[in-house]
Amino acid sequence: MQIKFGYRDNFLCEIRPTGVLCSECMSIDADKAVIEARDLKHKEVNDLCREAVLSGVSKITINNVFGQRYIGTRLYNPTGQHKVTITINNFPGNDLGIFLDGHRIIVNGNAQDGVGNTMNEGEIIVHGRAGDVAAMAMRGGKIFVRDNVGYRAAIHMKEYRDKLPVLVIGGTAQDFMGEYLAGGVVIMLGLGLKENEPHRANYIGTGMHGGVIYLRGHVEPHQLGKEVGVRELDDHDWQVLQTHVYEYCQHFSKDPAEILSSKFIKLLPVSKRPYGNIYAY
Amino acid sequence: MYSFQLPEFMIERAADRCIRCRVCERQCANQVYSYDAELDRMFIEEKNCVGCQRCVVLCPTLALNVRPRTSDYRPNASWTRDKMQNLKKQAETGGVILTGSGNDKPCRIYWDHLVLNASQVTNPSIDPLREPMELKTYLGRKPDAVKITRCADGFDVETESFPNVAIPTPLVFSAMSYGAISYQAYLSLAAAAKELGTLFNTGEGGLPEHMRREFGGNAIVQCASGRFGVDADYLNNSQIVEIKIGQGAKPGIGGHLPGEKVLANISETRMIPIGTDALSPAPQHDIYSIEDLSMLIYALKEATNYAKPVSVKIAAVHNVAAIASGIVRAGADIVAIDGFRGGTGAAPQATRDNVGIPLELALAAVDKRLREEGIRNKCSIMAAGGIRCSADAIKAIALGADGVYVGTAALIAMGCTLCQKCYTGKCNWGITTQDPFLIKRLNPELTTQRLVNLMRAWSHEIQEMLGGMGINAIESLRGNRDHLRGIGLEDWELNVLGVKGAGE
Repeated sequence: MQIKFGYRDNFLCEIRPTGVLCSECMSIDADKAVIEARDLKHKEVNDLCREAVLSGVSKITINNVFGQRYIGTRLYNPTGQHKVTITINNFPGNDLGIFLDGHRIIVNGNAQDGVGNTMNEGEIIVHGRAGDVAAMAMRGGKIFVRDNVGYRAAIHMKEYRDKLPVLVIGGTAQDFMGEYLAGGVVIMLGLGLKENEPHRANYIGTGMHGGVIYLRGHVEPHQLGKEVGVRELDDHDWQVLQTHVYEYCQHFSKDPAEILSSKFIKLLPVSKRPYGNIYAY
Repeated sequence: MYSFQLPEFMIERAADRCIRCRVCERQCANQVYSYDAELDRMFIEEKNCVGCQRCVVLCPTLALNVRPRTSDYRPNASWTRDKMQNLKKQAETGGVILTGSGNDKPCRIYWDHLVLNASQVTNPSIDPLREPMELKTYLGRKPDAVKITRCADGFDVETESFPNVAIPTPLVFSAMSYGAISYQAYLSLAAAAKELGTLFNTGEGGLPEHMRREFGGNAIVQCASGRFGVDADYLNNSQIVEIKIGQGAKPGIGGHLPGEKVLANISETRMIPIGTDALSPAPQHDIYSIEDLSMLIYALKEATNYAKPVSVKIAAVHNVAAIASGIVRAGADIVAIDGFRGGTGAAPQATRDNVGIPLELALAAVDKRLREEGIRNKCSIMAAGGIRCSADAIKAIALGADGVYVGTAALIAMGCTLCQKCYTGKCNWGITTQDPFLIKRLNPELTTQRLVNLMRAWSHEIQEMLGGMGINAIESLRGNRDHLRGIGLEDWELNVLGVKGAGE
């Protein structure tokens, strides 16, 4: 057989056995575990996290994280019990907490693409910025990002019954924020923007058909998608906003009164069915 | 606006047979029939008829005859009737022409140009009724080589194996979501898969929570661009996790379940509010490249603790072989290829009839390419899209498929007559509808039995044909093109298929 091209498995080649890693890279003290992630592969870090949780740990600190992906994902527990807190120093890789099911992740650094992708429940707090598609298809839980986020944040986020996903962005976002938004709450505070400097995002809420976006700071009308309506906040909106802004300020030591004293606008979908009329039946 | 469209069907009622029982009236969700008590007469609104034949089958006296209307425009090879009808419809509505089920255009069906071999003299044929005949199929990645060492009580396999799913027949029900089809139809597929020990595919509409424990062991769960109903529990209650990139009937475009179909149960399963449109974006927005695909494949492996094979389903398109190679290199354990005759609940007709390539060519090209690159063992190939009978399935396996997805054929077994009106939500057979009155027409127990019968019959036919070839295991036929010959095909077609012409 002629082999034209080589084959390399970036993820699984040379994975070390968990037993070896446990003794070399992890220390467990009562309900706390510390993992040293330097030079560990994606799977190795998550193997250790899982091992730690299985041995009853409820607080995990992972040091020297440099781009390892999927942290928090493999901690699904069918019984729904035993939620853990994971502290990551410094820079987790893509898909941090994808499919996350109720755990809490604190990132002391910047996060990359896909933070909280299709997340079901839990909390992610990023002391820095987040990359593209943050909170994509998120269904529940909360994500707080101290600074800016990349493109297509909160794309296709949706809510369901008692599940209401919340994304709070401290800074601004790139284009297509809230695209296809189907539910949940997105709050963008615009901290760090100069006075009258508009938000970076264009096409905000394109195809939006549910949920709500609260914006602080300036946006030009042309930056909004055509499925979006602009409204004033009512009492209920202020209540929702206050709850989440207070929480944001708690995480990042900011002053809520100062943030809330500025003007906010509320973006709503103009229709639950933006594409209902394009077909001939 | 007065419609200029020709009625598509004509309905004849034998007056001497009709007993005015009004079954036809009750059975027709398109409101073709009405009864005037004063005149004791049935009236017919022919332009509403979709030709689904429900009334014909259920009429107790067989008084009805529904057939394509003979009156037609002046014959014109270029401006055919359906082209003109669509033009008129678009002039009246300004909308995109929707359609359901698979491509019905007379494009070459390669299955019908391939013939199978049989043993004569030089090796004996096998009788599957009295001799073992293995159809067992393993889906998933296989190791490059197996290292075995001798130990005290026999042998030890040193090579670490990848998760594989064993099914007793290579036939698997293809992806049809709860929402596109009714709960009864969905449940029937699940129950039939369970009884047969094979698999059904949840499509992108999720798996209802109360079905997860019972049917998770027979489920291929899909993770598609809308991520409807996808959570860790759903992913872990499955045999295989499938990433849906494309669908043969509508490559390159997304899905759209209209809000009026999102009723309580569907909202629960998809995990979205009642009455909102379920929009599946055209791309998955976390996949813009092969590297990103790899990211999602491993995310799903992480979410399922590396215990389940991950499949990637793509539509058959122009560079399908190179794409499939990328998918395998990205870490997929199964590649599912959906040909352009694959079905759909709703697709723009322009896309359904003009985009994509035939499964037969795509499948052969992918199998050949992966062999050439030495990575064929790293994945299983599932063939989908227009498998009509056991012979199509066995030919697909000879062209390199590991397993075969059966979709439209399963619907026909349930009662579907391919009227192509799935998107209206008024399926008289209770299959592609959510109308509480219509869905009751499908009895899950009886429908399950029909599906089980169909799969058993096909499996048996496959065994017979294998026996005829002198082969006693389906594994020996996989990608074995020596057992195929082409008839009436051009050189380039034989070349793509990797098959010799008949007589060669």
